[in-house]
Amino acid sequence: MAEKILELKNVSKIYGSLKALADINLSVNAGDWLSIMGPSGSGKTTMINIIGCMDTPSLGNVILDNVDISRENAASLTRIRRDKIGLIFQQFHLISYLTAVENVMVAQYYHSMPDEDEAMEALEKVGLKDRAHHLPAQLSGGEQQRVCIARALINSPQILLGDEPTGNLDEENERIVVDIFRRLHDEGVTIIIVTHDPEVGDVAQRKIILEHGKIIDDIDQSATFGEALKLKGK
Amino acid sequence: MFWRMIFKTLVRQKSKMLMIAFTVILGVSLSTAMMNVMLGVGDKVNRELKVYGANITVRHKDAALMSDLYGLTEGLGVNDKFLYEEDIFKLKTIFWGFNILDFVPMLDGKAVLSVKGRAGVIGEVSLFGTWTEKHAILSTGEELATGLKTLRTWWEVEGEWLDEDENNSVMLGKNLALKNKIHVGDAVTLTNNGVVKNFIVKGIFNDGGTDDEKILMNLSAVQELMNLNGKISSIEVSALTTPDNDLARKAAQDPKSLSPDEYETWYCTAYVSAICHQIQEVIRDGVAKPVRQVAESEGTILNKTTLLMILITILSSIGSALAISNLITASVIERSQELGLLKALGAYNWQIALLVLIEVMLTGLFGGILGYFLGIGFAQIIGQTVFGSYIEIARMVILIVAVILFFVTLLGSVPAIRYLMALKPTEVLHGK
Ligand SMILES: Nc1ncnc2c1ncn2[C@@H]1O[C@H](COP(=O)(O)OP(=O)(O)OP(=O)(O)O)[C@@H](O)[C@H]1O
Ligand SMILES: [Mg+2]
Repeated sequence: MAEKILELKNVSKIYGSLKALADINLSVNAGDWLSIMGPSGSGKTTMINIIGCMDTPSLGNVILDNVDISRENAASLTRIRRDKIGLIFQQFHLISYLTAVENVMVAQYYHSMPDEDEAMEALEKVGLKDRAHHLPAQLSGGEQQRVCIARALINSPQILLGDEPTGNLDEENERIVVDIFRRLHDEGVTIIIVTHDPEVGDVAQRKIILEHGKIIDDIDQSATFGEALKLKGK
Repeated sequence: MFWRMIFKTLVRQKSKMLMIAFTVILGVSLSTAMMNVMLGVGDKVNRELKVYGANITVRHKDAALMSDLYGLTEGLGVNDKFLYEEDIFKLKTIFWGFNILDFVPMLDGKAVLSVKGRAGVIGEVSLFGTWTEKHAILSTGEELATGLKTLRTWWEVEGEWLDEDENNSVMLGKNLALKNKIHVGDAVTLTNNGVVKNFIVKGIFNDGGTDDEKILMNLSAVQELMNLNGKISSIEVSALTTPDNDLARKAAQDPKSLSPDEYETWYCTAYVSAICHQIQEVIRDGVAKPVRQVAESEGTILNKTTLLMILITILSSIGSALAISNLITASVIERSQELGLLKALGAYNWQIALLVLIEVMLTGLFGGILGYFLGIGFAQIIGQTVFGSYIEIARMVILIVAVILFFVTLLGSVPAIRYLMALKPTEVLHGK
């Protein structure tokens, strides 16, 4: 069987009297594609932040690639995030004064060494080679999100995390992005995506539903996997 | 990549960075100017104050006593006591010889004045002989250039100064010349005890004091006229001095009251009293007395000016640090999303702090270089307007200003860097 890449054991995140996450247990296999859905305020972002080493749980343990990260300090969390995680955000977060390729190179710089050829290759993968020297403001939302994906992938992370990566995109761009995810999945990248969009949620192999910080449903979709949201014309 | 990011941030934030640079320019130019003036001013203030006259006078001990006891400046027991001209160069051999800037001998005399082409005589007038200019090579090999010309910078001279060893010309005090309608170029005769000498009036000086009633001649001309070869009445000395303290005042009363240690300290400090003491050791029969107000005010003014300049430098540094800290913090807060993103992408805190620091330091360097040259300009303006002379640029200032600037920008960056350290990527990246 596939090995576990991520395991949450009795994880809680408590803000005062509010339990943003309440005693979550979850394990994800390497190469899986997981959707996280649920109403607003149910704890999806909180969960992604903890998995992405940007936050720590109040209680419980998070084991990422056989390392317990729940009690690490900020510097080692940064190192783990840098080496293992690729992040995509709903608001893209590109640096406005750097070109597409430079934005990708920033991630290389903080990981190891900037390498323009490699960065260009990553952009080519997301179909943006000819837009590489444009500033974010000169790119459409879909193109910007693809730059983000290229940036998230440049250091070959084991896990790709997206917090509503298609939230700001129209259907056409949503399809393009999902298609990229699909290719990444074929390459063996573990994908965890938070989404409000049922269609995007349905593409994944597995879908969990959060409510009030608890997993209320865990659906295996491997039967229908690969069918939804195909690119038009294909 | 790093430099590209820094460069692009600087360009993008140019208005804020220009403000920082501007603050630095102001601070650095002010500090540079103040420090250069401060270092140059010791000399400058002294030279400036020197125009009020010599700060030490050396007279024959009997003449000095008569003047102290009875206030006599003329007559028997005053006018017939002399110092030796040959002693005068020994002034440069004393322990504090280097602090003695200028000195001139003075010989007072009287003679009967008459003007060529006019009938009769004008009457008896006072004369004084001195060096208007003097160049000599001392036994130590040191070159000496002094003269009354440097001690009387405030004189307004119509016509010309006497040249060195110009023994057939004289200069007249303005009052004397006016009263008797004598002009530059007139020929005059001076007679004393059967010695008759002819002179041309080369210049008319306005001193603003009693000397305006007198005739100024070269020392040797007066000596000849008065038949007093090798004799002088007094010496005017201008020296750089250290402000008096209790020790100096105690010593001024009586050097013998000092313990050997105290004596040593006193002797080896450029107090007026110590310099006077040393002058007396080399000038036979001489008594050296400071011209009090001037000597003391020199030191006090010097101290106060220095203090003022240090204060201005410190205040301008603090001001710059505060302004820079505000600007940097504002710039960092404005960019918190971008910097949070860098953290999310795997940048360590120190890497982001370094990024911001280098931005600030580069801006500071830019402002610092501009400010330095501006400051040198200010220093010269201050030098010209306040002290009437060029201010020597001290290299040391570059180093001091660079160190101050470094710490000021570093200190100014502290709040911004603390903010950066505490910044959580989750707080800025999921902003709704
Ligand atoms: N830093 C915080 N301090 C206090 N409460 C917080 C903090 N972050 C999140 N919460 C609370 O935790 C709960 C879960 O928030 P979370 O952002 O995970 O929701 P979400 O599922 O991502 O919602 P959305 O779909 O609107 O993005 C919310 O009630 C939120 O108000
Ligand atoms: Mg959310």
